[in-house]
Amino acid sequence: MNYQFDFGVVFERAPELLWATLGTFGLAFAGMALALVIGVVGVIGRTSPNKIVRAPVIAFVEIVRNTPFLVQIFYIYFALPLMGIRLNPTTTAIIALGINGGAYAIEIIRGGVESISKGQVEAGYALGLHKADVFRLIVLKPALRAIYPSLTSQFIMLTLTTSVCTSIAAYELTSAAQRIESDTFRSFEVYFIVTGIYLVISTVMMGIFALISRRYFSYPTR
Amino acid sequence: MTASDNTQSMLISLEKVEKWYGAFHALKDINLTVRKGEKIVLCGPSGSGKSTLIRCINVLETIESGQITVAGRVLDGSGKAVDAIRREVGMVFQNFNLFPHMTVLQNCALAPMRVRGMGRAEAETLARKYLERVRILDQADKYPAQLSGGQQQRVAIARALCLEPKIMLFDEPTSALDPEMVKEVLDTMISLARDGMTMICVTHEMGFARQVADRVIFMASGEIIEEAEPDVFFTSPKHERTKTFLGEILAHH
Repeated sequence: MNYQFDFGVVFERAPELLWATLGTFGLAFAGMALALVIGVVGVIGRTSPNKIVRAPVIAFVEIVRNTPFLVQIFYIYFALPLMGIRLNPTTTAIIALGINGGAYAIEIIRGGVESISKGQVEAGYALGLHKADVFRLIVLKPALRAIYPSLTSQFIMLTLTTSVCTSIAAYELTSAAQRIESDTFRSFEVYFIVTGIYLVISTVMMGIFALISRRYFSYPTR
Repeated sequence: MTASDNTQSMLISLEKVEKWYGAFHALKDINLTVRKGEKIVLCGPSGSGKSTLIRCINVLETIESGQITVAGRVLDGSGKAVDAIRREVGMVFQNFNLFPHMTVLQNCALAPMRVRGMGRAEAETLARKYLERVRILDQADKYPAQLSGGQQQRVAIARALCLEPKIMLFDEPTSALDPEMVKEVLDTMISLARDGMTMICVTHEMGFARQVADRVIFMASGEIIEEAEPDVFFTSPKHERTKTFLGEILAHH
């Protein structure tokens, strides 16, 4: 092996990588926020006693979880414009990430909701609270706490999945890497550094999740 | 208490109540009236329908036929009737069912804020008043998991009292407690009874029944078998099933 490593040409593009890293964070956080909203709202439908409410949610979850993310993002980016819905790459990426993450979040959060004892719900009703208040004030927080590790690892997955958004040229780290690589032909160096950056991104995410957990879910149990 | 049949003072009435769980006949032709200030102890073997009966009163269970009236309001299946009745009825559960993610104070202030529309300060003042009433105010800022079972149940009583209900339902409030904690909960209930609260208690604490009950009702297989003042109930039960039950339960106490 007589390959001469040259990280210099990649370091020259550091600002570009840095901005792209922020782009990745942006996509990830926006995608997560949307996924969480879809997850929480979806789980209300998913656990409804009414079949007409439940069925479309189940269909949504099954379709999204059993098709590739790449196809989903292409569908939104290339197929929807034919129906007059034209979205820019960033918006497309956020929606695709949110929908994909949301489908998984629904099933994860459902597990949490079902882990809450019936007695908690009954105590809420006995105090005169309505269904929406019982869910929002009594069920939701302990349910999220119960599934927090699964939900956050799903969100780390979502963060790494942002790299697939390079396929529609969304502004994120992997697109930047491809651009630099095709300019410099330094594949090893570029992807070595980008791999490191993804590791840092994941670590930062986990740190943020731990902070959130300490702030919101730190009440003692048993 | 003098048994005046004044409908004005009647707080709860159940008429010809029938309840089924699928093919299981849980409540059979239940007729019961409770006057203001009356304390009723409901006992019977497990599966006899006593918990189901009190759960029908605050609509945690629905009935198949019959009529339930609480504080002058007929349970007609409307959401308004359910709301109105739940405002008048406090309930204490066997497993406390405190909300683990809220402090003791937050547990108690929740319903006053969400159901009675109070502001936080007002609701917390009310909560403190009832926590003081069950003598646990010093634990107001702790979480339920940091309290003993007896303390948790007293908080649950305070939480129910914060709605300032006319009626309190107790569903085996001491059954999940370690023996040494039963007394503190019973003492709280006795003191509540002394203040004139209308109470229906599902319990096997016969000492409590003797001390505070105006009537003891014995249920088996979804039916009210026997109903009498405690003295009569314990000394000269009429039915064979009551005698068997009392024989078993008193042997253990």
